[in-house]
Amino acid sequence: MTAILATEGLQKNFGGVFVARDIRFAMQPGEIHCLIGPNGAGKSSFFRLVLGQHKPNAGAIFFDGAEITALKPFERIRRGLSVKFQVPGIFKALTVWQNLEIALQDHLSGDSLAAEIRETLAFVDLAGQARERAGNLSHGQQQWLEIGMAISLKPKLLLLDEPTAGMSDDETAKTGDMVHRLNREGMSILAVEHDMTFVKQIAQRVTVLHFGEIFAQGTIDEIVADERVAEIYLGKAQ
Amino acid sequence: MSGPADMGSAKPASVPSAAGRDRGHRVRRGFLGTLKLVNGPQTLGRGPIFWSGFVVACLLAGIYPLFADGWTVGNTAYFFTWTFMAMGLSVIWGYAGALSFGQTAFFGLSGYAYGVLTINIGSAYGFTFAALVLAVGLAAVFALSLGYFLFYGRISGVFLGIVTLSVTLVLETFMAQTAGPEWAIGAARLNGFNGMTGMPPLTVPWPGGDIALWPDIPLYYLLLGAMIACYLGLRIVVNSRFGNVLVAIRENPDRAEMLGYDIRRYQLGAFIIGSSLAGLSGVLYTAWGQYITPNSMGLYAAALPIVWVAVGGRSDLTATLIGTLLVLWVFQTLTIYGSQYALVVMGAMLLVTVLFAPRGLIIGVADLGGWLRARLRRGRS
Repeated sequence: MTAILATEGLQKNFGGVFVARDIRFAMQPGEIHCLIGPNGAGKSSFFRLVLGQHKPNAGAIFFDGAEITALKPFERIRRGLSVKFQVPGIFKALTVWQNLEIALQDHLSGDSLAAEIRETLAFVDLAGQARERAGNLSHGQQQWLEIGMAISLKPKLLLLDEPTAGMSDDETAKTGDMVHRLNREGMSILAVEHDMTFVKQIAQRVTVLHFGEIFAQGTIDEIVADERVAEIYLGKAQ
Repeated sequence: MSGPADMGSAKPASVPSAAGRDRGHRVRRGFLGTLKLVNGPQTLGRGPIFWSGFVVACLLAGIYPLFADGWTVGNTAYFFTWTFMAMGLSVIWGYAGALSFGQTAFFGLSGYAYGVLTINIGSAYGFTFAALVLAVGLAAVFALSLGYFLFYGRISGVFLGIVTLSVTLVLETFMAQTAGPEWAIGAARLNGFNGMTGMPPLTVPWPGGDIALWPDIPLYYLLLGAMIACYLGLRIVVNSRFGNVLVAIRENPDRAEMLGYDIRRYQLGAFIIGSSLAGLSGVLYTAWGQYITPNSMGLYAAALPIVWVAVGGRSDLTATLIGTLLVLWVFQTLTIYGSQYALVVMGAMLLVTVLFAPRGLIIGVADLGGWLRARLRRGRS
């Protein structure tokens, strides 16, 4: 099966600091994959490379069977990538409805646009906040709104950068549920996450990054059982 | 693309399937649908009360020349010439979030271009209006080439302001040293620091003899009409899908790009529209007074549009228009009645705005009105 996302020899350095060192990564379609690692391991940099916000110094990125290394960020999005940033990336001065309208206006119009916005709002549990200014939402709701904007593009692969940062336990569980429902519909998901409870809730496979390199890879049980991983990361985190 | 979503969309919500969407969906709004955008969400003044006020304001502006002499009316028309540059800056800065400090570059370029064209070719057969279009077109082409390097080079924030300011200052410096007779294009002497004079006013071809629009009542009506048309047209633009993306870029450029928008194209589009409007102001100003100097591109001139737009409220066209006219009027009144402190007052206005109503005085007043209404309603219930 063609990997939904793969990288070959991906490398990025800022002077002598390597944020990605010969990364060979592959995830299969339909997978929920988590990227973990201590601070500074290169998780967010890996996302930026995949999204095209960083240009790699060497290596190649493949998405859905085609090389996308040279594509601009917006072109990658148009191929079926979508992202939810770590800090909620929403349009705060606009209403929740307008946020989704801007996400969807290039795809739908009129009644079908309105219906799709309502459907997405219901999915991220913001149906009652449609007319609210997005900046007035709680932190967790802002995260969901951004997830709503990201999934409204119907991506093949959704990147989630710390989707539960700053969320309560309830909100985290609800977000995990959203991820599972999206995945059941066929969406592949790659998440950077610190919260190991959340990782255990969602991840089918886990990649551990350390100093810009792939340190370990496996199922969540294998990773949890790996003593080397516990040494560099889990030991500190728990 | 997946089929149309279920209109019922009852909970539990179904999840959008991971099919990937087609882009480039085209909306066919029709003429009426497009007109409806004039009342959209990216503009503050909406609803029957606002539009009643708008009609009353238009009527008052329409009957004003009946109660004033031609000279005064012509001077009022002078205020109108600047509003296009201000509304253009509102689009670039207020809506698209890119501070251009160089509106005056386009103002001067078009003003001089109008002068060169009409001094050489004259005003017969309505050529002054053709010159207007050509001069504004020149500003648009200049904006396209400058904007291409700025936005496709990913220059943003304060650097955009520095580069655009530099451009206008370079043009000013260049024009100021064109005093010698060798600096002429055809019959048009550039005249260095003293500026170019002798171009005809806008002239309407008429069977019984052309009508030259000197600063008087007919010019007032022409500029009033153009200003209202520009205002309404821009309202449609900022409420369109294009305008939605501009506001999205202002709010969060990364997010806008990660929704699949090529934000550079949108920024460039806004820059061309706004800069062309500065060019239109330049032509109208030159035609109004048959005069343009390098000073019109200098530091002081370049700062003025920023002050008008910031004081009124840059993120809204109505606030920008009212604010600009108000500031111009206050400034003119102070200058005429002998105050040496007009500029100081202007600076103070900017300070007060930045400190107490950072979104602009007019928007601040509108916000206050909304807050009071909400309080009253709460008090009653």
